[in-house]
Amino acid sequence: MHVGRRLFLSGSVAFAALAAFPRRLLAAAWPDKAFAATAAGEAMINLLGTDQTIPTDQITLKVPEIAENGAVVPVTISTSLENVESISIVVDKNPRPMAATFEILPGTLPDISSRIKMGQTSDVRAVVKTDHGLYSAAKQVKVTIGGCGG
Amino acid sequence: MASNIKIKAKLSGDIADVKSLMLHPMETGSRKDPDTGELVPIHHITQLTFTNNDKTVMVANFSTAVSKNPFFGFKFRGAKAGDTLRVGWVDNLGGSDEIETVLK
Repeated sequence: MHVGRRLFLSGSVAFAALAAFPRRLLAAAWPDKAFAATAAGEAMINLLGTDQTIPTDQITLKVPEIAENGAVVPVTISTSLENVESISIVVDKNPRPMAATFEILPGTLPDISSRIKMGQTSDVRAVVKTDHGLYSAAKQVKVTIGGCGG
Repeated sequence: MASNIKIKAKLSGDIADVKSLMLHPMETGSRKDPDTGELVPIHHITQLTFTNNDKTVMVANFSTAVSKNPFFGFKFRGAKAGDTLRVGWVDNLGGSDEIETVLK
């Protein structure tokens, strides 16, 4: 009886994996060029088509003023801008400035949080793409111990 | 295999507040192994995908600059108790992990 249940469970797991597969194919490709770029402008042009953004106070970027450990810097970004398509985190002085980018799908709120690594003191920029343009907010984070290896 | 992802989702009205924590070394490729002096090969999560029932609600693309054992939180509308929220990641070496939870 237990064996039968196990078999049934493993069968349903396999089926779930198959069912999930086509959805994964739909996800946009990982933006390798933007992530490999060694300058912030180049990374933004690769990912978003331009490095020109409109500074706005409609983006709330929460980062610590001083990060004692650059390996773990908490970042929270939210915005009151409408029709947001993506949010990206750009760390100007990191060896590869594009840290992460998030697709804001219909129904998803433009409100994300994560933790990133910083090699040295740098501006951290929140770049928000909407259907009517590219907006940004920036704050400097002072790093006392870098977190990019070495 | 048991999943190493932790996921929590708090419902308030039709908004789900999702927090997730993954186990992953997130190696940049520029860190030296302190014992051997050799560079530790690049190894990081590339994409994290959340689906609620059958709808994709978030795709997060990570570079190596996301911290080790990544944390990621976001919110989405249209959630209700009983929905199945699934999260999965893939990394640059073909590794993957996924887990699902039922919203309540």
